[in-house]
Amino acid sequence: MTTEVLQTPPIAAGTTPAAAPPSDLAAFWHDFRRNTGAVIGLAIIVVVTGLAVFAPLIAPHHPDRTDSTAFLRPPVWQDGGSWSHLLGTDAIGRDLLSRLIWGAQLSLSIGVAVVVLSLVSGVLIGMAAGYFRGWIETAIMRAMDVILTLPSLLLAIVIVAILGPGLANAMIAVALVTLPHYVRLTRAAVIGELSKDYVTAARVGGSSNLRIMFKEVLPNCAAPLIVQASLGVSAAILDAAALGFLGLGAQPPASEWGTMLADAREFVLRAWWVVTFPGLMILITVLAFNLVGDGLRDALDPKLKR
Amino acid sequence: MFRFVLSRLGFLIPTFIGITLLTFIMIRLVPGDPIEAQAGERGISAARHEELRKAYGFDQPVIVQYGLYISRVLQGDLGRSFVTRNSVASEFFELFPATVELSLCAIIFAVVIGLPAGMIAAVRRNSIFDHGVMGISLTGYSMPIFWWGLLLILLFSVQLGWTPVSGRIDLLYYIEPVTGFLLIDSLLSGEEGAFGSAVSHLILPSIVLGTIPLAVIARMTRSAMLEVLGEDYIRTARAKGLSGMRVIALHAFRNALIPIVTVIGLQVGVLFTGAILTETIFSWPGVGKWLIEAIYRRDYPVLQGGVLLMGAVVMIVNLLVDLAYGIINPRIRHAR
Repeated sequence: MTTEVLQTPPIAAGTTPAAAPPSDLAAFWHDFRRNTGAVIGLAIIVVVTGLAVFAPLIAPHHPDRTDSTAFLRPPVWQDGGSWSHLLGTDAIGRDLLSRLIWGAQLSLSIGVAVVVLSLVSGVLIGMAAGYFRGWIETAIMRAMDVILTLPSLLLAIVIVAILGPGLANAMIAVALVTLPHYVRLTRAAVIGELSKDYVTAARVGGSSNLRIMFKEVLPNCAAPLIVQASLGVSAAILDAAALGFLGLGAQPPASEWGTMLADAREFVLRAWWVVTFPGLMILITVLAFNLVGDGLRDALDPKLKR
Repeated sequence: MFRFVLSRLGFLIPTFIGITLLTFIMIRLVPGDPIEAQAGERGISAARHEELRKAYGFDQPVIVQYGLYISRVLQGDLGRSFVTRNSVASEFFELFPATVELSLCAIIFAVVIGLPAGMIAAVRRNSIFDHGVMGISLTGYSMPIFWWGLLLILLFSVQLGWTPVSGRIDLLYYIEPVTGFLLIDSLLSGEEGAFGSAVSHLILPSIVLGTIPLAVIARMTRSAMLEVLGEDYIRTARAKGLSGMRVIALHAFRNALIPIVTVIGLQVGVLFTGAILTETIFSWPGVGKWLIEAIYRRDYPVLQGGVLLMGAVVMIVNLLVDLAYGIINPRIRHAR
């Protein structure tokens, strides 16, 4: 009986054929790949990232160049469209396709920057709360409760109203609004991990507090943080676009998708394309990050598997 | 139960203090002198400036000023709008019914469609219907609703001409506000066609505002149902020979209800966020549009008071949701 169990089971085709157990990465990929939606999401992210990185090469026109002979030109397949402006032009003759491609650069940078900002500060604050406990923890967690109580966009609007409209301030606002998720996750994980034997062992071994936190505890609570971060990118893109739409985020002539929609609002009756395409880009990108986030959660966190 | 209510109330106070601190600090961080800002472009004499500084308590230490602010807030005095000179609280409560009416219709739309969709998806797990519901709800969850609103206007108002583009009711009608809810007031007024007009104005904004809650409720209902359907007592009920419908409706759904009610309650914050965008798109005269306009006009008292009141409303609704679980689920009530 025992000998049978001890024999290495045949490994599924496609993973490492050797008898060695699959590496963490391979095991993760194996789990992740089974989720079709997540793979599609990942493919979309790769494409959008490609657009963002190679925007100067791909975009047929400069995003801010106006063409006085082509105001509100429809897309190529409609009457009046032309091949020089595949998706048509906006009210001052800028090429829509080029602006969308450059917008990918802006929106992805916003998403990633916001998540890095709130992830790093959230982890540090959460660690402080989980490690020191006492009044520091109480003060931090109450502050996070206040942030969570207010509707996220409302709080972001307040922050932008104080700091003044603009892309950088909008990013700070969105980062602050999403902070509590990271703080709560980190604090809970730190409190859970600190009582475990390996931490005691590290402490007996003479490790400093900082070393214990970063070398021992942090890697063990990475999984939920990674999942939250990937979902956070989509939330950040969505919130930043909403602020842009309200005129509080990136300012014209920036080709941020939400700002483009704000410009397009008054033409909704005459030019469907200036309204449709920027929003479609937001939807596709946000959906892709949500799909990947779901896939990551299933692959990384067996407890949450449904 | 009394202890439970007390403990929940005790939890509320620090959060409320936090929100007042936030709005108090907020107004002090705004660049410029608050008295000069209020005086506007006409300017103000030095003597009058000093007088006003004293009147508002700006010559006192910050901590005293905060105390004064709190005592004013507790008396219901949230200041006056720079622009209209009306009291902020009365402006808020005048517009609030419009937001509540829209939010209620949105959440009803979300529940009426999301709940059955999630239930059927769970019962027919892995069917095409299940995959369809999950795909659509993830799309709804990812939806930039300000764009979604514009798309619906484009289709239903511009192309098909079925619904109006903006506002709460056709300009032809003047409805005396009784309850503030136009659906009720238009019926009370007895004017022919007024109710129909109010309904047709509500449809698109409700769909837009209800989209994200609908997606969340459908997903949550499905996963809560799946969990419950795997329980032993469901198998027992089936083994007793109860019909499939009876098991699902009476045994499974009732027990799945707690997480579902939680999620519906949590949508209040989502609804307020969405109301700001939805009201802006549809020119809906509610508190969301009012706040956004306050920012454009640099009307800081409105911003400060509006944020405080919205935060308070969310807090109160969260408290009510908390108390509701206590009633649904005794385990929560008695837990320490």
